[in-house]
Amino acid sequence: MSEQEKRVGVYVCHCGHNIAGTVDVEHVAEWSQHLPNVVISRDNKFMCASTGQEQIEEDIKEFGLTHVVVASCSPHMHEKTFRNACARAGLNPYLFEMANIREHASWVHPNDRDGATNKAKALVSAAVHRVVHHEPLEPMQVQIRPETLVVGGGIAGIQAALEIADAGYHVYLVEREPSIGGHMAMFDKTFPTLDCSACILTPKMFDAGAHPNITLLTYSEVERVDGYVGNFTVRVRKRARMVDEDLCTGCGSCWDKCPIKIVDDVFEAGMGYRKAIYRPFPQAVPKYPVIDVENCTYFKTGKCRMCEKVCPTEAIRFDMEDQYVDLEVGNVILATGYKLFDCRRIPNYGYGRLENVFSSLEFERLTNAAGPTEGKVVLRDGETVPESVAIIHCVGSRDKNYNEHCSAICCMSSLKFAHLVMEKTGAQVYNFYIDMRPISKGYEEFYHRILSEGTTFIRGKVSEITDAAHAPDEEGKLIVVAEDTLIGRQRRVPVDMVILAAGLEPRADSQEVGYMFGVGCGDTGFFTERHPKLDPVATATEGVFIAGACQGAKDIPDSVAQGAAAAARVLGTISRREVALEPVRASIDESRCSGCRICNNMCPYNAIDFIEAEGVSRVNPALCKGCGTCVAACPSQVITGAHFTFDQLMAEIDGILVDVTGEMPLVTEVV
Amino acid sequence: MSDNGTFEPVIVGFLCNWCSYRAADLAGTSRMGYPATLRDIRIMCTGRLDPTFVLRALQKGADAVLIMGCHPGQCHYQEGNYKAIRRFALLRRTLRQMGIDDARVQLHWASAAEGVQFAQTVARVTEEIKALGPLDWPHNWPNEDPYALQEANS
Repeated sequence: MSEQEKRVGVYVCHCGHNIAGTVDVEHVAEWSQHLPNVVISRDNKFMCASTGQEQIEEDIKEFGLTHVVVASCSPHMHEKTFRNACARAGLNPYLFEMANIREHASWVHPNDRDGATNKAKALVSAAVHRVVHHEPLEPMQVQIRPETLVVGGGIAGIQAALEIADAGYHVYLVEREPSIGGHMAMFDKTFPTLDCSACILTPKMFDAGAHPNITLLTYSEVERVDGYVGNFTVRVRKRARMVDEDLCTGCGSCWDKCPIKIVDDVFEAGMGYRKAIYRPFPQAVPKYPVIDVENCTYFKTGKCRMCEKVCPTEAIRFDMEDQYVDLEVGNVILATGYKLFDCRRIPNYGYGRLENVFSSLEFERLTNAAGPTEGKVVLRDGETVPESVAIIHCVGSRDKNYNEHCSAICCMSSLKFAHLVMEKTGAQVYNFYIDMRPISKGYEEFYHRILSEGTTFIRGKVSEITDAAHAPDEEGKLIVVAEDTLIGRQRRVPVDMVILAAGLEPRADSQEVGYMFGVGCGDTGFFTERHPKLDPVATATEGVFIAGACQGAKDIPDSVAQGAAAAARVLGTISRREVALEPVRASIDESRCSGCRICNNMCPYNAIDFIEAEGVSRVNPALCKGCGTCVAACPSQVITGAHFTFDQLMAEIDGILVDVTGEMPLVTEVV
Repeated sequence: MSDNGTFEPVIVGFLCNWCSYRAADLAGTSRMGYPATLRDIRIMCTGRLDPTFVLRALQKGADAVLIMGCHPGQCHYQEGNYKAIRRFALLRRTLRQMGIDDARVQLHWASAAEGVQFAQTVARVTEEIKALGPLDWPHNWPNEDPYALQEANS
């Protein structure tokens, strides 16, 4: 195509007032008319609306446009929309370019109309200069493998796995702990219905364990992820259980006889004990125990082997080693859950120092019928029933010193605790809250129920929990000090027991896990979704989805909903069978390649091979992800990065400096 | 221009698609204001940044170039930003020999969540360039085309 044959259409969007409120949109459109190769330049209230898109389609046909520029929002928002509009009018979608004059101009220069308008012009000019160098490209079609990897066996992961498995596709469910179930398995009751947590969870756990389409990989962790949407290769490390799963019947003789007793920090939250060979809880799926090699006498001293002696099926294997399993999957769902805020970080609440200050998870175990006290609510001594209990909301949440976010579940779990304490002990309960946020279905009603049951609600953030008595009635008690903001004065409330409603935090290793799967973490550390409102389960990486509390603090119903939503997205791609990959790929002009092999080592994906026989390097397009590192490195400049070519970027630089180079001033009067 | 305090620098930005461009988007959606001095160009990764692009921008009259990428260890392409650091170090050395102040070509990081940091960086760089004054390379250079001069000398 010769220079004269290039016909560019420019469309400048008002986006209601979002752009037009700051940028003089009509003027930008008028000015753009004079840019090289522009045959038509228009402004439009909403380019993304059907009328805006149709305008592009009509103009392509009427004016014979060969290239299109839309100046509106971020390409991450609407690039696809406008590419599709071009395609509908028969123009290759890659002959389109977007200028971001909303996020990068009008919204960030609200008090500088001239500055924002000039910047918008420069960005439009850059796009016009660049777009004429665009080449038609065809997306690469890749097959989608029907298998799915779900990382994390909490309720969100279980739900996602079951949905996909029920639809007839295979799922690998990887869980770090010896059993699936996650946090939900530790709870006694769930709000607001006071359903028994185990009773509603265990059927799902059992289904996941017995489902022919689900391969459970418990006590396992993902070590490596390679590939791309539709074709991921995942290496999972299966830690050695030291128990042969084919022989073990889960009878329990081994842990009954094991002489080593250890505080269980994970499942019992430090409230109870387990053996060195153990199953975390009776309903565990799978039912097989594991040997904790760090605490097992045999692994420490070479003696004991008690479990081996008592095992009726000879299932104990002390020589078992970690196994590596390589999985081929098409999609990934991350459901890695949350970590509870460590209450020790707030020293003035005395957790870890004052013995009758409990964390919320400790109380969950205390009140659980399968827990260390068989569900009796008692003080740390194991027998005294408390006569008064304080429940502190927002511990480590909504606090700039720790976490700014609201943990979403603590209001409701605190209400649940209040109910359980009163039901089990008849104690006087004080709930210290900042704001009550019972926002979901049935939650407000539950709040009123707890109010009517006689819990005292004190609106005020607790400043201190102390055992230093100021008055005779405070002797031997824990004193909760807070400002009651409804009556406007300081209060000291003596109680026997304090429960801290600890906040939800991202997993400590969420950064590393995110990096491995190509998912970012926001500043709170939770995984970042593709769009906070319209795409809450997808991520920046195609084929990787998120569900549950790893995306942000949420309760069980929301986690279940998100798990099912992620599964629906995965099923959507599976039923399409193939997916189009961006043709942003590197290619080497082999006739000019000198075979220096500099690019070979530049590629992080080993996508460039050196062809010994021909003395040249070649890119494997299926492995190339289009970063362009090799393009910039090639000393002969013979690697082309499609859609980000040397010519395109040079033209964009020239275009963005259209006024400075003297090609065309930005100020109108001169035009 | 710089004498009467009305000098508005022209800064060409090279932003990687995954972190810094999204940080700029976030600055936009969160309405964090910063000076309208940055004109940004999106590249897939800072690893794609051919040093020629920076020279071209300066040659064509930009007062400064701001390169922004993902934080080290967080590159969407694993290590493109490490390649960018190495090239940047060499480029800066070359520019120093040409008498270009270090502040005129800067490399910074911003994750997709760091809209605030992005806006602050642009504001800070703008102030630094304002203090330095215009570069005006096309006119201050003895020959209009720096490449032509290079060839003439060789």
